[in-house]
Amino acid sequence: MSTKKIGDVILDVKNISLRFGGVKALTDISFNVREHEIRSIIGPNGAGKSSMLNCINGVYTPSEGSITFRGKTFDHMNSRQVAEMGVARTFQNLALFKGMSVLDNIMSGRNLKIKSNLLLQALRIGPAEREEIRHREFVERIIDFLEIQAFRKTPVGQLPYGLQKRVDLGRALAMEPQVLLLDEPMAGMNVEEKQDMCRFILDVNDEFGTTIVLIEHDMGVVMDISDRVVVLDYGKKIGDGAPDEVRNNEDVIRAYLGAGH
Amino acid sequence: MAFFLETLIGGLMAGMLYSLVALGFVLIYKASGVFNFAQGAMVLFAALAMARFAEWIPAWTGIDNAIVANLLAFVAAGVVMFLVAWAIEFLVLRHLVNQEGATLLMATLGITYFMEGLGQSLFGSDVYKIDVGMPKDPMFALESIFQGGILINKEDVIAAAIAAALVAALSVFFQKTATGRALRAVADDHQAAQSIGIPLNRIWVIVWCVAGVVALVAGMIWGSKLGVQFSLATVALRALPVVILGGLTSVPGAIIGGLIIGVGEKLSEVYLGPFVGGGIEIWFAYVLALVFLLFRPQGLFGEKIIDRV
Repeated sequence: MSTKKIGDVILDVKNISLRFGGVKALTDISFNVREHEIRSIIGPNGAGKSSMLNCINGVYTPSEGSITFRGKTFDHMNSRQVAEMGVARTFQNLALFKGMSVLDNIMSGRNLKIKSNLLLQALRIGPAEREEIRHREFVERIIDFLEIQAFRKTPVGQLPYGLQKRVDLGRALAMEPQVLLLDEPMAGMNVEEKQDMCRFILDVNDEFGTTIVLIEHDMGVVMDISDRVVVLDYGKKIGDGAPDEVRNNEDVIRAYLGAGH
Repeated sequence: MAFFLETLIGGLMAGMLYSLVALGFVLIYKASGVFNFAQGAMVLFAALAMARFAEWIPAWTGIDNAIVANLLAFVAAGVVMFLVAWAIEFLVLRHLVNQEGATLLMATLGITYFMEGLGQSLFGSDVYKIDVGMPKDPMFALESIFQGGILINKEDVIAAAIAAALVAALSVFFQKTATGRALRAVADDHQAAQSIGIPLNRIWVIVWCVAGVVALVAGMIWGSKLGVQFSLATVALRALPVVILGGLTSVPGAIIGGLIIGVGEKLSEVYLGPFVGGGIEIWFAYVLALVFLLFRPQGLFGEKIIDRV
């Protein structure tokens, strides 16, 4: 791993439980995320990984427990407030604005940062014009970074899957998040696309110092790029620690490979 | 030839009014995925408000300048439409987030009848006039080419200009502003829009407001041509085929669809009507819409429906 400096706890999840009627999606989950680290949540299908992410992101309200972000504790948040606090996310099943161009999709990530008056924007007057240009420059940097220059004006719906995943990441990056939640960024990709995506994730983490919470199925990838890993199974936490620790954890091996091993 | 042109122009003018109503449908559908059956009721409501305020404001304030009074009435009716938009969002839509399209359609059906009733109890149920001082006298064009020229209503020309300006303003709003971008984003994916911090509720109020203003302009023009009365609400039914023709998600589609239907109605009535005993104007638009549903269900400009398997 590179010599990056891992800071204090930025996100602290305490005793989170989530129930849908009688179904327990999550039971008493606690873990923390430190500044600048890549923290992964892994587990078999239906382990509650996405539910966990949705709790942090404010899509679900946990039945019990609390989440502390940068020293502020909350037990109820909506997605917008979470976005305002500097948490961005990508989606497992792409949730892009399909009819809009790549550029507009990523620009929409700047939405919270655009302050100028609607009328000034429409008339393209002075400060509004300058603001738009400033945001556009930022977005162009992201487009360069993700190597999608050639598709700037293409409607996202027409792009191949791997590129759509990049646009999803680009939109999240446009928010200049402090914490980036990635929900299976490599699902359904081929080896080459996976390698590209890994490189982007590592670069984001390295260059911008963005803290990353990553959900992933592919154990190989997770073990390679993560600083620490949480393992969930049936909504319970069964392992937590550095990749090597987790790899040798009996419970984790059992969950992944079955009881016979 | 001169007669053909006159019919054509008459059709274009009628079509433009259909376009304005269709535009209201498209705006709301684009931004919230709701097929707003209440658009016609909103046109009636807005026109009633405008007509009544134009009477009340001079009576209350003693302003006897017709232009000022009309302007104030327009602003007052605009405020009323804002309140309507806000109330619809707060009382209805907010509670129906993520519901099926059919549920939302039924909700707007309810809103339709409620607004028709409320409009009449608030503003009365007589036939009112909106007089914004549009010239009623006809003018003649191309007199050098055709003997006697072509008869055109000045009123229609002004109405067309207003409609064109409105459409231009809307396309700038949608394409060039961050709010417009947010609106398009909400239309595509609610959840993703929320995750990047777009406030769903505020966006909906904005969309319904914009649709309300479009309804107001449409109501004002129709009202000044034909008077404001209950039947204005059924204008929405005439705009349905326009939306099917143009595509539910396309602003240019609404405009061109409206023009095609307006022209088609008039030309078929005049040139085909005598052979079948007339009455084509009433059903022409619907038959055209049916043909489109069979052969091009997404409309002329709608987004093609492609699903990855």
